[in-house]
Amino acid sequence: MSSEVLLEGKNLVKHFPHGTKGLMSKPDGLVQAVDGLNIVLRKGQTLGIVGESGCGKSTLARVLARLIEPTSGSIFLEGQDITHVGGKDLQLLRRDIQMIFQDPFSSLNPRHSVGEIIASPLRIQKIVPKGGEKPRVQELMDLVGLNPEHYNRYPHEFSGGQRQRIGIARALALNPKVIVADEPVSALDVSIQAQILNLLEQLQHDLGLSYVFIAHDLSVVRHIADEVAVMYLGKIVELAQPAGLYSSPAHPYSKALLSAVPLAEPRSTHMRGRIVLEGDVPSPINPPIGCRFAARCWKAQDICRAQEPPLGPAKSLLKPEDSLVACHFPENSN
Amino acid sequence: MNTSAVAVGEPEVHGLIESKSPSRLAWERFRRDRAAVIATFVVLFFVCIALLAPLVCKVLGINPLTLDRKALNDYGLPNGPFGAISRKHLLGVEPGTGRDILARLIYGARISLLVGFVSTFLTTVIGVVLGIVAGYRRGKVDAVISRFTDLTLAFPSLLLIIALTRPFTQRLESMGVPEGNPARLTYIVLVLSLFGWVYVARIVRGQTLSLREREFVEAARASGAGHWHMVFKELLPNIWAPVIVIISLSLPGYVAVESTLSFLGVGLLPPDASWGVMLGDSVKYYRADPTYLFVPGIALILLVMAFNVMGDGMRDALDPKSDRQQLG
Repeated sequence: MSSEVLLEGKNLVKHFPHGTKGLMSKPDGLVQAVDGLNIVLRKGQTLGIVGESGCGKSTLARVLARLIEPTSGSIFLEGQDITHVGGKDLQLLRRDIQMIFQDPFSSLNPRHSVGEIIASPLRIQKIVPKGGEKPRVQELMDLVGLNPEHYNRYPHEFSGGQRQRIGIARALALNPKVIVADEPVSALDVSIQAQILNLLEQLQHDLGLSYVFIAHDLSVVRHIADEVAVMYLGKIVELAQPAGLYSSPAHPYSKALLSAVPLAEPRSTHMRGRIVLEGDVPSPINPPIGCRFAARCWKAQDICRAQEPPLGPAKSLLKPEDSLVACHFPENSN
Repeated sequence: MNTSAVAVGEPEVHGLIESKSPSRLAWERFRRDRAAVIATFVVLFFVCIALLAPLVCKVLGINPLTLDRKALNDYGLPNGPFGAISRKHLLGVEPGTGRDILARLIYGARISLLVGFVSTFLTTVIGVVLGIVAGYRRGKVDAVISRFTDLTLAFPSLLLIIALTRPFTQRLESMGVPEGNPARLTYIVLVLSLFGWVYVARIVRGQTLSLREREFVEAARASGAGHWHMVFKELLPNIWAPVIVIISLSLPGYVAVESTLSFLGVGLLPPDASWGVMLGDSVKYYRADPTYLFVPGIALILLVMAFNVMGDGMRDALDPKSDRQQLG
């Protein structure tokens, strides 16, 4: 963890007004999609973010990519505050942060050819690459494992995995420093998932990219992440290196998530024991006081419902020093 | 439109598989739809005849304004069976005046189609602009435009059109529009567009709302695209398909409405004719001379039907997954 900090989010909060319809009405409440979290992405590394649907992962991704402005908190790119940059500076910032999207069917404009799609960031930024646009686009297509001859084809002529490669090529077109990938493989077949993950790793290795990698599946993140943040209801509940997280999760929620990952050896699943969480994620409109996971936690006591546990060092001998957990009664603690 | 279209297995094959753009595919589907192709030819036929009306009439040796007393009997009715159809008057003559019905039909097509095309053009332009603005900007702008749409829809438009004819045509005349039929036609076109754009706007707004949730719009934003790029490069290319369908389906509607208005006496004044004027006139003679009623009636039905079949074909071709009940 020695390399320099590239992207940093401090006390990030994003609240959405809820229930605004029509001209006159006032919002009924606030959806607290992201509620005060700190994250750090180091150069050349991958920060994995996992959590259930509706825990605020995608909002966090869009806040980091400056697609939505945070309600409060700040974002730093290479030490520069980019939280509220606008106009021309924002335009230039777009070159440094690009996104890969979840749904390869909705992320490509069906009316544009592959060449136009991959070239569109260049055209929008009014960049003419050395040697021309077409060679650059074909180089990118080659880089992501597409046949450059398919330059003039349309998205409907490609499979899901190939479409995702087109999306990746588009994200690479501007040579960004950071790529925010919002569940880039969750819409793909399992066999294709591995291919895309390998491609992303290869690209990271070759181009020195840094990823913020969002997923709802811990096993996907395990391969690619250098550090994993587990999110629950807009907060980070555990932050650890994958090795530590997978061998000894400190937060009960992480443990429950891990127990849901299927194993290659089905019998060992029984030995491990499956933790089935009851109920749903509470509404982010009025999140519970105290620990947000308390209502579903099998270890919850009175203090959990009254007082919110801060994200602090995990007091465990098994964990590396810099892993953090937000729990009053972390697992494996002594 | 539909992104979940069949993906070609593995384009790794270095064969000469031709790459087809979505519009090219739509065109090929349309060409396979025989009814739609025939309907298109019918529409083109009417359009050509209307455009070349003076030439066609000259070739046929007829004139819509020439009175032919000899073709009428003492009661002023066509002198002969089926409205006095003869070699000279292929579709008979008008009772009372003896004017050639075919010539009037050909010139009438001009006016009916002119009203149809101009109204459709205006409604499409207004509807697409307001629909995109509402769907793209959302929020307050959308609320204002949508309330305005609802208000327009709630208006008893036909009553209003009839009631306002006189003051508005007079106003137009005082503004320099030539008196008489030009002013009346301008009024009809303006008023049809005033009430017609809402249908276009609603559909375009809905399309825009659903499109802007698609990730490719976000991807463009993540690359720093401005509003201009968003609207013209990302949204419009995906909206024109449904818009073409609305156009082809609403055009016959305007032709029919113009006929209705002329029938009700709001439209053209004689001696000029539109199909509606002819229909309105023929009703007076329907017992003595039913042919006169059938000629413009059948022409109107044929044109409206051809437009509708063509529109259906376009919808099926542009959006193969849509159900026939969705738009029309």
